[in-house]
Amino acid sequence: MDFKLTETQEMLADSVRQFVRKESPVSRMRALREDERGWDPAMWKRFGEQGWIGILYPEELGGFGGSMVDLMVVLEQLGTTLVPEPMIESAVLGGLPVLYAGNDAQKSRLLEPMIAGQTSLALALTEAETRYHVNLVAMEARRDGDKWILNGEKRFVPNGQAADHIVVVARTSGKPGDAGGLSLIVVPRDAGGLEIKNLKGMDGRRYANLGFSNVAVASENLLGEEGRALHIVERVLDQAAAAACCEGSGIAQTLLLMTVEYLNTRQQFGVPIGSFQALQHRAVDMFVEVELCKSAAILAAVDADADDPLLRQASVSTAKAQLASGGTYVSHQATQLHGGIGVTDEHDLGLYFKRMHVLNTLFGDERHHTERFASLGCFEKEPGERVEVAEPSA
Amino acid sequence: MDLSFTPEQQQFRADVREWIQSAMPPEIKRKAEQWQHYTHDDTMAWHRILHKQGWVAPHWPKEYGGTGWDAARQFIFNEELIRANAPQIPPFAIYMVGPLLVEYGSPEQKERFLPKMLSGEEYWCQGYSEPNAGSDLANVQAKAELQGDHFIVNGQKTWTSHGQYADWIFCLLRTDASGKKQEGISFVLVDLKNTPGVKVVPFITTGGMPSFCDTYFEDAKVPKENLVGPLNGGWTVAKALLGHERIAISGIAETERMIRWLKRQASETRVNGHRLIDEPSFRAKIARLEMRLKPLRISQLRTLASLQAGKSPGPESSILKLRGTELQQNAFELAMELMGHNSISWFNDDAVPPAQFMVPSMHNYLRAATIYGGSNEIQKNVIAKRILGLPG
Repeated sequence: MDFKLTETQEMLADSVRQFVRKESPVSRMRALREDERGWDPAMWKRFGEQGWIGILYPEELGGFGGSMVDLMVVLEQLGTTLVPEPMIESAVLGGLPVLYAGNDAQKSRLLEPMIAGQTSLALALTEAETRYHVNLVAMEARRDGDKWILNGEKRFVPNGQAADHIVVVARTSGKPGDAGGLSLIVVPRDAGGLEIKNLKGMDGRRYANLGFSNVAVASENLLGEEGRALHIVERVLDQAAAAACCEGSGIAQTLLLMTVEYLNTRQQFGVPIGSFQALQHRAVDMFVEVELCKSAAILAAVDADADDPLLRQASVSTAKAQLASGGTYVSHQATQLHGGIGVTDEHDLGLYFKRMHVLNTLFGDERHHTERFASLGCFEKEPGERVEVAEPSA
Repeated sequence: MDLSFTPEQQQFRADVREWIQSAMPPEIKRKAEQWQHYTHDDTMAWHRILHKQGWVAPHWPKEYGGTGWDAARQFIFNEELIRANAPQIPPFAIYMVGPLLVEYGSPEQKERFLPKMLSGEEYWCQGYSEPNAGSDLANVQAKAELQGDHFIVNGQKTWTSHGQYADWIFCLLRTDASGKKQEGISFVLVDLKNTPGVKVVPFITTGGMPSFCDTYFEDAKVPKENLVGPLNGGWTVAKALLGHERIAISGIAETERMIRWLKRQASETRVNGHRLIDEPSFRAKIARLEMRLKPLRISQLRTLASLQAGKSPGPESSILKLRGTELQQNAFELAMELMGHNSISWFNDDAVPPAQFMVPSMHNYLRAATIYGGSNEIQKNVIAKRILGLPG
């Protein structure tokens, strides 16, 4: 048992903390809300130079060869000032499917430039009917000679508006609901027949609805084995959910700090409002949830890398539900304790409030993760009892 | 970061688990398996077994009869006792007054009292609360006047857990009413069985059991040498105890055990032709409880890791009692829901499955979990000021 950050992790946390304070205060994110891309390629490049994008990637691709805990340290800090560059969207969601399923040439071609901050990626998964279930993907890709032809629609694709390459989860056999038959196909953003509709997110970031009409890509754009993408995508989604818990923990901590500072300075009835017991207890209730969000982020980050999928799923669902309940509680109470100013667009609090909602919704909300946790094969077993997990067939 | 215990610690856990099963007498084992109530005699029998093994007070310094185990081993040992549903060793001697005597007691006091706490020959209770000193503990009024070699004690203590079984009580008594409330309190040990003028009267809680007593003192003569620490220095002595037990009082292992109970009972309970555990809404409630407990256990392990490293626990430790006791109550609320009509049964033999017999009583009793050991509202006052830095 060890909860200490290593010396390297401490240094990483320090450098990100100083970097974001100096280079990316909340005002920067506020301004980028008006930007069509939602983030700044020059800043992304600097992330690449710092080595942050490549934390989860092996050194031979220019990465850091690190763990989700290393990434946690970075994301927590990025959350404190709502840094909008697509760390979760591209460095986790878009890139990891390539790392897990791609061949050497694909990895080198797609990941090396992303890790350097020259390009970004996206994962196109969600459809009108999927909600959070990967196996419900209906969008089809069919083989036509040496090409894949894609038809269908993807919704709210994080970083879909900006990604140079989009990793599409498509059905190459079977029907929605089947575990087998899902494949990963890389589509460049300039592919003919791909329509990208830029969408605003509540959090000031951009998303995209993607329309595919007879989009044709070369057969070597298939990542990994045809029809066996389910477990890969589920694993990546768990890592993205863990990453959301880490960023969300940084946001929750910041909301508490802002609130305590406000309680100590705002005067009413001739005293700081933080001297009122009703408000003190509310602040302590926030503190409890903040501490639990921190613990949940640790749990998710450590177990997101676990080999045992049941352990990974149980821990990530637990953590994501904690963020959804506790993080929401913190953002709601922060607003309440700030009074009227907390519901204005002018005050930064609302920016954190909105990002918290988005993080809680992406990659599964409280309802979804409770349901998933309750249906895990280990739910009715004694701790330590063995459970078999089946591989999906193509 | 690493969330798992070391191989040595895991082996220690396995050894302790095996020992507990082999050491439990058949009658205690039967009660453990059926979730039956333990009598005071059961508890003391188990106390003697632990004592014989040298494990009744693992956290005491070795020279006073402790084990020399580090924080992690103490924690694992305690978790295993709870997991096995073994009788719970009452905290008053082993966790409260014992460690205080080790720290503040005179050599004579240590020699006189500690061995019999360990052996269980002398049973202890706590005399802090009074009718008008609850959350405002420094307001104690029961007084001790020094007359020659004796204190003359007058007044009332209440919420004296297990007072009816106790041989001794450790008290906070008013020895000076002139200055600040906290500065006129002394820590005094009183022989309950052999002091004329002391009367212990048990009362029944909503749990239906005589869990607490009122303790009355009328001109009770207590030898001066029963004072622990300096005269009027009792507040400091008592305060050393608060926070001692942040890890244990949270009830996290108890709630883990209760979740196992919930899953097992829900899979044995049929409603409308299906197992209750297969009813999605009920299954989700159990799941959500388990999911709320897990991050708290990580917080507990973070606290443990600090202790293990010889550091004082960080702010995360202060939430353990707050949230832990709430979850403990939630678990019993869910148990009552699971039981349906069985939950109105009040100590009826053979009316409900044996494992459900004590649940209504425990459900009611545990409403006290958010009150005892410093009510959760008092804890929040303390956190607001000491950790969040809000105005006092």
